[in-house]
Amino acid sequence: MALTLFRGLRSNCFRLYPSLYVARKHGVFYCSMTSAEGQTATQEKQQTQLKSSPRKESPKIEEVLKNYEAVIGIETHVQLATLTKAFCSCPYNYGAQPNTSICPICMGLPGALPVLNSKVIESAVKVGLALNCKLSLSSKFDRKQYFYPDLPKGYQISQFDIPIASDGYVDIDLPVEFGGGHRKFGITRVHMEEDAGKLLHTGNGNFSQEITILSYKIICSLLLVDLNRAGVPLLEIVSEPDMRTGVEAAEYAAELQRLVRYLGVSNGNMQEGSLRCDVNISVRPIGQLEFGTKVEIKNLNSFSSVGRAIDFEISRQVKLHSQGQADQIVQETRLWEEGAQKTVTMRKKEGLSDYRYFPEPDLPGVILSEEYINEIRESLPELPEMKRRRYEKLGLSMQDVLFLTNDINVAAFFDATIATGADVKLAANWIMGDIAAYMNNEKLSVNDIKLTPQELGELIASIKGGTISGKIGKEILLELMAKGGTVKGLIKEKDLVQAKMPSSRKVMVPKVKVKLPSILQMYLRLTTKRQIFRFGYVLKVGIGEVIPAFFQKIYLHSLNLAAN
Amino acid sequence: MLSSAQTPRLLRSPTTTTTTLKCFHSSPIPTSASTPPPPSQILTTRKSLLSRQTSAVDLAKSFLHRLRRHEPQLSSFLHVSPDETVLKQAEELDNKIKNNEEVGPLAGVLVGVKDNICTYDMPSTAGSRLLENYRPPFDATVVRKLRERGAIVVGKTNLDEFGMGSTTEGSAYQEGHRGAQLQLFLLDNAWWHWEVILVEVSGNRASFCGVVGLKPTYGRVSRYGLVAYASSLDVIGCFGSSVADAGILLHTVSGHDKFDATSSKREVPNYASQFVPIDYLESKPLKGLRVGVIRETFEDGVDSEVISTVRDAVSHLEELGCTVSEVSLPSYSLGLPAYYILASSESSSNLSRYDGVRYGNQVFGDELNSLYGDSRAQGFGSEVKMRILMGTYALSAGYYDAYYKRAQQVRTIIRNSFKDALDKNDILISPAAPSVAYKIGEKKNDPLAMYAGDIMTVNVNLAGLPALVLPCGFVEGGSAGLPVGFQMIGAAFDEEKLLKIGHIFEQTLQGYSFVPPLVADEWTC
Repeated sequence: MALTLFRGLRSNCFRLYPSLYVARKHGVFYCSMTSAEGQTATQEKQQTQLKSSPRKESPKIEEVLKNYEAVIGIETHVQLATLTKAFCSCPYNYGAQPNTSICPICMGLPGALPVLNSKVIESAVKVGLALNCKLSLSSKFDRKQYFYPDLPKGYQISQFDIPIASDGYVDIDLPVEFGGGHRKFGITRVHMEEDAGKLLHTGNGNFSQEITILSYKIICSLLLVDLNRAGVPLLEIVSEPDMRTGVEAAEYAAELQRLVRYLGVSNGNMQEGSLRCDVNISVRPIGQLEFGTKVEIKNLNSFSSVGRAIDFEISRQVKLHSQGQADQIVQETRLWEEGAQKTVTMRKKEGLSDYRYFPEPDLPGVILSEEYINEIRESLPELPEMKRRRYEKLGLSMQDVLFLTNDINVAAFFDATIATGADVKLAANWIMGDIAAYMNNEKLSVNDIKLTPQELGELIASIKGGTISGKIGKEILLELMAKGGTVKGLIKEKDLVQAKMPSSRKVMVPKVKVKLPSILQMYLRLTTKRQIFRFGYVLKVGIGEVIPAFFQKIYLHSLNLAAN
Repeated sequence: MLSSAQTPRLLRSPTTTTTTLKCFHSSPIPTSASTPPPPSQILTTRKSLLSRQTSAVDLAKSFLHRLRRHEPQLSSFLHVSPDETVLKQAEELDNKIKNNEEVGPLAGVLVGVKDNICTYDMPSTAGSRLLENYRPPFDATVVRKLRERGAIVVGKTNLDEFGMGSTTEGSAYQEGHRGAQLQLFLLDNAWWHWEVILVEVSGNRASFCGVVGLKPTYGRVSRYGLVAYASSLDVIGCFGSSVADAGILLHTVSGHDKFDATSSKREVPNYASQFVPIDYLESKPLKGLRVGVIRETFEDGVDSEVISTVRDAVSHLEELGCTVSEVSLPSYSLGLPAYYILASSESSSNLSRYDGVRYGNQVFGDELNSLYGDSRAQGFGSEVKMRILMGTYALSAGYYDAYYKRAQQVRTIIRNSFKDALDKNDILISPAAPSVAYKIGEKKNDPLAMYAGDIMTVNVNLAGLPALVLPCGFVEGGSAGLPVGFQMIGAAFDEEKLLKIGHIFEQTLQGYSFVPPLVADEWTC
């Protein structure tokens, strides 16, 4: 009996003996497996620097949507990155050994009671404010009741009729490569709830794969439950059915990811399941007012799969519509199969389940004071939308704006760089060009590179000020990113400055003009390569962009001289 | 000592065969009528231990001896600690006393804990097959507090499955009641929705006489570690042989608990300061106290003997100086249906965790739903199943508004009407039950009649108010000498006042101490 597993065990025994394994025929029970760790622990590096490109432009979908319109709403679950779970003091670490981070409370043992982690409220208020929602000063928790082996209490603590936040909206800017444009999508509600455990199955030896369809026939005889995730706080964000295309939906999801990362409430990682999107989609002929039959799509593990799954589903539904088989579209949950690039039926007859919600008697109501909300409002960081508008005003192109604001750390780096007085466009170019390429190659995030914004500012200034050339700048930049150090230090160390620079360009330009003949004379006297190089360098830096034609003249002239 | 554990049940549930009852009546118990009311057993124990008149080991031995002797007839414990364990703890205590070390306020006090309260070192089954042999990995907060203050937990007392019922007839473990002639299946106090900590003071026969039950305000005592039945109604109560004992126990276990979000942060007053010995009291010690008698609790459906006995008790309060008036709580009769809807609804949810996946005998089925269905069908008893079905129904879409929501509205009405009445009165009085205790099986097949027996107490539970039940006399003839309890209801968190009044009442009301038949036998033998 599973019961025997608990007999005489103290809560932390699970920590002490994580590999406890009990076999039970045809059963569902709790255990830990050493084998699972290797797979589940592979934490994917956040590829923060790269903006997701949902998919290749698909002219097909536009063709398909000529006479039809898709209506898309998204339910997003955001796993909050609180230190401890929602109702107990267990930490949660993705990929930990199964059942090593559990206690009587998150295991739902008889007699254990939940106590709310106040950070959950704080996170919910932050997200609610960031999504321009109305906050409920008085909300409560409810129990959502259903039976499932990963649900230890037989009910999920959630919020039902009074969510903590509702009636908000989110602004997004579509990627330029998909035509760009600004959109505003409504947010129906944001509510707090707890996560369930994870089912692991022994099917083909793949312990780490989560099962979404539960039928004993499929699962063979053994089902294992990992409760590490049980009780981890979630925010469920429900959008209005305002989206019309896969691109919009993917961008909406990406914006939510940016938002929670900006707010620091979640790592927003889709691969780890920290951000999960369930898409509701229906198709109707253009002009029709009522919605078509809604289909839910689950198992979307990336923004691009959100976009692709929606496009697939739109095509499927439109095809049925146009073939007069609209009645074959039934209310159901479909699963996105990444391998086959299609959706398949998971379960039908949605919407009939009765969760018998009622107020959670073990938790007092959630009361928010105006002061508390204001305090949080004032502590909010600049949000992606505000940043985008600000960058736009700085004169950056939308492409630049979207790139820079995609990752809060990159944006912060950029902001710190321009705070040093660096030219905005140059700073953006450096970050989006050499720095982004380096991070991409080395699989590093902006926080991992050794370069500081101060040094980037210095670098830009040095180039602009003529101390070094752009080419040298690039070399120094690589060094700075890999090893750190200062621009001044590197210039000195490598002896990159040879000529004494004129104090300012204004002074220098007339001098050059005046002294052209003598410069040539000077050049002719040079004997070594190094001297020639330095000479050219001085000219380039000193005159460079200011009088390109003049420089070119000298350059060509010097070439001719050299050839002669 | 067992009997004190049982007595609360005696107040209402009970018993049985005429022979014993006769025995009780006929047996001359010289002390019971004339002895002064029991002083605090806890304080007496402490005194005799600290003055070294007796040792904790002796007390424990004598207790265990009695326990072993009576338990076969009483079936009141589901689990009793091994003698060595109890004696070892007693020995440690004796050593401490010998070395003049500090000992807790409950040093040497033997406590029985209802089996739906989790104990680290003993099984905690809540009277259900589904939790057979289940050993929690932690102590309930109340148990931890008791232990920290020196009490020795001797065992886990019987109850109806998950506390659903009043007579322990619903226990999964004592179904036959062993055919003993004395069916004192009295341990469960679910009729008040109390999850009981029973204090057992060893070695004193006075503890058999009359038992006091104290249900504190909801939130006064942490529920952490109490196997949930109906979370918004569950309260851990204290039983003792005197008001003082119940008060001392309550003081021990009260207070905010960070593991129970519904526990109150209010400061716990020192209840002991209320226990003034009778000699120091003036002739009208309760002068000026306003007592409201709830009219609806003295109406139809309440045994006339019960009414007259409780009225006598009210007269006694008047003699003590109280100003008695009648109050009306028109919503009183609504309490019962509201209570059963809410309790069933919450229990249907609280018991969903017993799904055969982790507890109980897992019945394998072709698909998941049959695993759940069959495992639960096999594990739960009939009363529990009935309440789960009722609760599930009341919470179902389409019925929620008609049942659960309305019951909540009734609850608010009841709470407000109590508040109004308690604004005008210091305490309210009602019988503790509409009749004396039932015989075994008397109402087993008539759940509505059984539920109706809870009419006096469910209202108090719905309002979350504290109440103190004291024995105040006996019903003669009819049901043959069963005790009658009366209930004093106080304002929220005003346990202090209840204890003060109860203590004076107890000391001044002579001759009503109750000796259960079993003890009476012992006296006569």
